[in-house]
Amino acid sequence: MTLNAEDHSHLTPGPPWLEALRTEGRCHFAQLGLPTPRQEAWRFTNLAPLTQPRWQIAPPASAALNPGPLPSVVPADHPPSYRLVFVNGYWRPDLSSTSGMPNGMVLTGLAAALIDHADLIEAHLGRLARADTQALVALNTGLLASGALLVLPPGLMLERPVEVVMIGTGGESDPPLAWHPRLLVVAGAGSRATLIEHHLSQTHHQNCANLVTELFLGAGAQMRHYKTQRENPASFHLATTSGRLDRDASYEGFLLTTGGRLSRNEVRLVLDGPGATATLNGAYLVRGQQHCDTTTLIDHATPGGTSSQLFKGVLDDEAWAVFQGRVLVRPGAQRTDGQQLHRALLLSDRARIDAKPELEIHADDVKCGHGATVGDLDDDALFYLRARGIDRDAARSLLIAAFITETIARITDPVVAAAFESLADGWLTPG
Amino acid sequence: MMSAFCAALPDPGACGGTPPLKWTSRDQERKPEPMLEITNLHASVGDRPILKGIDLTVHAGQVHAIMGPNGSGKSTLSYILAGREGYTITEGSVTLDGRDLLTQSPEERAAAGVFLAFQYPVEIPGVSNATFLKAALNGVRRRRGEKELDAMEFLKLTRTKCRQLGMTDEMLKRAVNVGFSGGEKKRNEVLQMALLDPRLAVLDETDSGLDIDALRIVSDGVNALRGPDRAMLVITHYQRLLDHIVPDRVHVLAHGRIQRSGGKELALELEARGYAEFGADEAA
Repeated sequence: MTLNAEDHSHLTPGPPWLEALRTEGRCHFAQLGLPTPRQEAWRFTNLAPLTQPRWQIAPPASAALNPGPLPSVVPADHPPSYRLVFVNGYWRPDLSSTSGMPNGMVLTGLAAALIDHADLIEAHLGRLARADTQALVALNTGLLASGALLVLPPGLMLERPVEVVMIGTGGESDPPLAWHPRLLVVAGAGSRATLIEHHLSQTHHQNCANLVTELFLGAGAQMRHYKTQRENPASFHLATTSGRLDRDASYEGFLLTTGGRLSRNEVRLVLDGPGATATLNGAYLVRGQQHCDTTTLIDHATPGGTSSQLFKGVLDDEAWAVFQGRVLVRPGAQRTDGQQLHRALLLSDRARIDAKPELEIHADDVKCGHGATVGDLDDDALFYLRARGIDRDAARSLLIAAFITETIARITDPVVAAAFESLADGWLTPG
Repeated sequence: MMSAFCAALPDPGACGGTPPLKWTSRDQERKPEPMLEITNLHASVGDRPILKGIDLTVHAGQVHAIMGPNGSGKSTLSYILAGREGYTITEGSVTLDGRDLLTQSPEERAAAGVFLAFQYPVEIPGVSNATFLKAALNGVRRRRGEKELDAMEFLKLTRTKCRQLGMTDEMLKRAVNVGFSGGEKKRNEVLQMALLDPRLAVLDETDSGLDIDALRIVSDGVNALRGPDRAMLVITHYQRLLDHIVPDRVHVLAHGRIQRSGGKELALELEARGYAEFGADEAA
């Protein structure tokens, strides 16, 4: 079968509201179908490979699937993170560790959470992610079987980070497998936490993750949300994130992409209370035939909001990257400060970049700016390094790392910054 | 008669028994093989010839100055010695210690002992000076078959060199040349030279962008690196640098050729009379 919502026999029936949501999702997907390049938002990213008839829904978690060593950004001599592990989209409690959580905090598999937190889930699930207009959200909703729930009670200042690890795997004889997990994050007023997502592959098996994340940040909540996607170069990674920031809430996101045959991070953040601050930075390093799409929408709906975005990309070989960044300032969102910058470094003349920055401003007292640049390595700098005895390849790596460093340095958590820096270095010196 | 005739000749004993022939031999000991030998060098950029037959021999321990008007090919010569791409060598050869330089990559030349102090040192945001210097030093050491230095050994050596050159090691932490003053950039070049211990240092317009105090500090650093095993090629438009770095020989480069060579007094003459006699447009 193709990647569709028709086969939902794997779903465990849930409460009536969930069944209604799923049915609605499947109906919407039946109408919308998979996005195609004929749609403006998908002009540069073609999901046609997902319409091939080999795709199957990943079977529910089996304890027999051993994902091997689990990644963490936390060094061994630090207190460990709270960690949820997913294999092929399904939560694996046996591999997860959430002991020692403060009172009122919830971190668990979404399906398990339905028992104790049904009301909270019902009040939030599907409220930000739009199944009626976004096909991948509709598909995810229609096939919703697993995911994670993170709840921070008001005022909780979480010391240890939360890590969500999603590992894809598959055997030689398996068909390409798809999964549709959901991350639901509800951060109470004045709470603070760091959430790190790892997406990786254990094997070379072709998989497709269609992830939907919903983030609710209450008044004054502070969320640091860092993601690394380093799946194998055969896999598809489709992630749609929708976040809402209440008054004075702040969100700091970072997207580090080195993996995937085709990946798309679509992030929509609504600054829905005065004084909210959204920072969204990222780096992508791609080569070979990789396709990497970053699509962002920062929606300034209320006055006095601040947003800033800095994305940097490095493309080698025949890699193709897309950056679509839209900053929307709604009527009345006065004193908005919205900045956006995308810079790409092309290491090969066969690489391709499509950058489409957009400002849409409906208020008059705002400070907004955007920019996009594409370039190659600075010949003067390269010669300077080589003239000092640094090999050509080493000199190139040094300059590429320096290019990327500017954005990674904006990660305010030093432990994560160091870990992401070393992941980027790993891309520069493969094998 | 006979004795008077004999008295007019130097007494072999008084001369220490050294026959005149020996002088030639000693002269050869002082200047054994040439270190840098440029022979009939022609080079162009695209279709435009820039160097039109340069001959230059520099021996170990010597400092040669190359002076010339703007556009004479001075910077082209320095870039060609360091191996920059974009120049076509149409004729001639360049050897360092008898080995062909022109077929080597810039990093090979650096290891062989060529050091170009840039007129405009390049700013490299995101790379710390310490990272850069360590990569350079270990790159050169690896090619020279020497042991690479670990972080501690590197820091110790660099601090020692900084002290010898009267520099603080504060600029090790900053990004390469980013936000450096003109003087700091040139001192950074001298520090790199001290660390890489070159055979041949080419100083391209080292005085440009320097006030008189910075010029003295940089020149002191360069002079501290003069030695019997090292040659220097000082490329400059103005004579004032040569007050501080006193050359053994001065060459005038104009229209892609060396027009005249002489001792250090030639620089003073040029300062007084300009390059007009070499057909240069001084206003350029």
